[in-house]
Amino acid sequence: MAKITLKELSHSYLSKQSNDADWALRGVNIDWKDGGAYALLGPSGCGKTTLLNIISGLLKPTQGEILFDDKEVTALNPVERDIAQIFQFPVIYDTMTVYENLAFPLKNRGLSKEEIDSKVKEIGEMLELTSTLNNKAAGLTADGKQKISLGRGLVRSDVNVIMFDEPLTVIDPHLKWVLRSKLKELHQKINRTMIYVTHDQIEALTFADEVVVMHEGQIVQTGTPVELFEKPKHTFVGHFIGSPGMNILPCEITNGQINFEGKIIPSNNSFKKTNFSKTQLGIRPEFIKFSNDGIKVKIKRVSDTGRHKVIDTECSSGSIKILANGNTEIPSDSAHITFEQKYTYVYGDDWIVE
Amino acid sequence: MNKTYNQKAWFFVIPVFVLVAFNAVVPLMTVVNYSFQETFGSNVFAWEGTRWFKQILHSERFHASLGRQFIFTFIILLIQLPLGIAIALTMPKKGWGVPVCLILMSMPLLIPWNVVGAMWNIFALPDIGFLGNSLNSLGFDYNFTQQSGDAWFTTILMDVWHWTSLVVLLSYAGLNSIQPAYYQAAEIDGASRWDIFRYIELPKMKKVLTLAILLRFMDSFMIYTEPFVLTGGGPGNATNFLSLDLVKMALGQFDLGPAAAMSLIYFLIVLLICWVFYSLMMKNEGRT
Repeated sequence: MAKITLKELSHSYLSKQSNDADWALRGVNIDWKDGGAYALLGPSGCGKTTLLNIISGLLKPTQGEILFDDKEVTALNPVERDIAQIFQFPVIYDTMTVYENLAFPLKNRGLSKEEIDSKVKEIGEMLELTSTLNNKAAGLTADGKQKISLGRGLVRSDVNVIMFDEPLTVIDPHLKWVLRSKLKELHQKINRTMIYVTHDQIEALTFADEVVVMHEGQIVQTGTPVELFEKPKHTFVGHFIGSPGMNILPCEITNGQINFEGKIIPSNNSFKKTNFSKTQLGIRPEFIKFSNDGIKVKIKRVSDTGRHKVIDTECSSGSIKILANGNTEIPSDSAHITFEQKYTYVYGDDWIVE
Repeated sequence: MNKTYNQKAWFFVIPVFVLVAFNAVVPLMTVVNYSFQETFGSNVFAWEGTRWFKQILHSERFHASLGRQFIFTFIILLIQLPLGIAIALTMPKKGWGVPVCLILMSMPLLIPWNVVGAMWNIFALPDIGFLGNSLNSLGFDYNFTQQSGDAWFTTILMDVWHWTSLVVLLSYAGLNSIQPAYYQAAEIDGASRWDIFRYIELPKMKKVLTLAILLRFMDSFMIYTEPFVLTGGGPGNATNFLSLDLVKMALGQFDLGPAAAMSLIYFLIVLLICWVFYSLMMKNEGRT
């Protein structure tokens, strides 16, 4: 078990870098507590797998350092770092039985037969593999194989950190829930640092105590699921988390106040810095209400999802999505809307302005 | 469920039937015809029953060439498989080295077989050939036209040169289809290089290697052109492999009956070995 610190980590797959796009990771700083459950969330190609492979030691970073418990490990290989990693696609040794698969990492580390046997049986039981232990691993279904991959990661009791790289991609939806709650349960039971990489916000938010959102090789926000929802620090977080995502609309700052569609929008802050190349207002669909005055919008379409209604509206600055309770009366043609003051934010060049 | 029966579709298969009939069934039946009869030319045939088959099966000449054939095939498989896998393992996975290696590897496969035989014949000539001359000037008493050991050595070397590439290319394709995650997982599990080969690479190459063994078995078991040009089966009968012997019997001695019987026995041996080998290799593959 270990606490993990990443300092000014940057990585590029190219030998020469000329601009930001040449970097897969840019200036990543992270402090992760011992025994925590963390998620790396972001779309494909944002650098999350690169970051994971750097932490596990499969990749050497171009710049920066990695510390486990304040000890530098940047130059060490995965075995020396003592980590476990589970991959997107089940990796099993086809010619071995389930038992031999689980025993393999222990055998390579020179454990005695008795120790291996007790650990393999314990993990087999935890993952409900006991009845198939003596079967050939190649004959199992995709989720059975992925359980073996998980098992090979979990079987070693001494690992510093267990990393999951989108481990549930190949699993059927109904089994996803089962395996995900299993992982959560395991985390509580063995209390080891776990890092979970995913592009699925629900997976990230349900698994982790703290979610790290990545975008174009940078960390844009770190926080609890509630923080990410209520106060996105970057337009990308607002957009990526929540369904539908945050409304991001062009606005202006005049005299420290938000000026949107010629109206002053009430906000918590008075804004001093205004010289952004792009100034935007962000408001989640959940925090917009119909009212008698406010911004005038035209109602375009209403989709009923059962518990909620998603209302597509349009004003002269662009389209605005509103999320209302299923029983809300929807005005028919045009309406006026107001934004909840507490959750109205201003973004200058995509970053929150405070 | 009501199926619509429409037998007209059979007409679409007729061209294939005709084609297969002319290039496979008719020639094969001609051979079967010859194998049960005696002919003196001018289309006069006399029924002989299984006489030619019995004669071939008891013929020492057939036993000898069959034995030579098995030894030859066994030796070249023993050399070409490990060598091919080893070369494939050392080939680069990316960069400019990939096309260079692939082209170099494909070259021997693209040369016509009789040219390969002629090339090696000249290359190995004890007086003027580069190989033969070099070996002799190094103090080896090398002459493939007169010493049977040297003839075998040269034939095997030629076949290894000509065909190892096929094993290399197949193995290389098999190796390249392995997901990087397997290597990463093995690294994290603390596997040694040998473990990676034994538990990841070899099992993942199983299908292409099965194919490689089958192709190399069939081709080497039926080898004709290259030894015909290189040694002509000599010195004496030292490199007189099965198909060389067959051609000598059929066209040299014009013993069409025994040659036809021998062809069929030869064909059945190849078929039987391939079938047994393939069934054994694929025994557990259908299961999921």
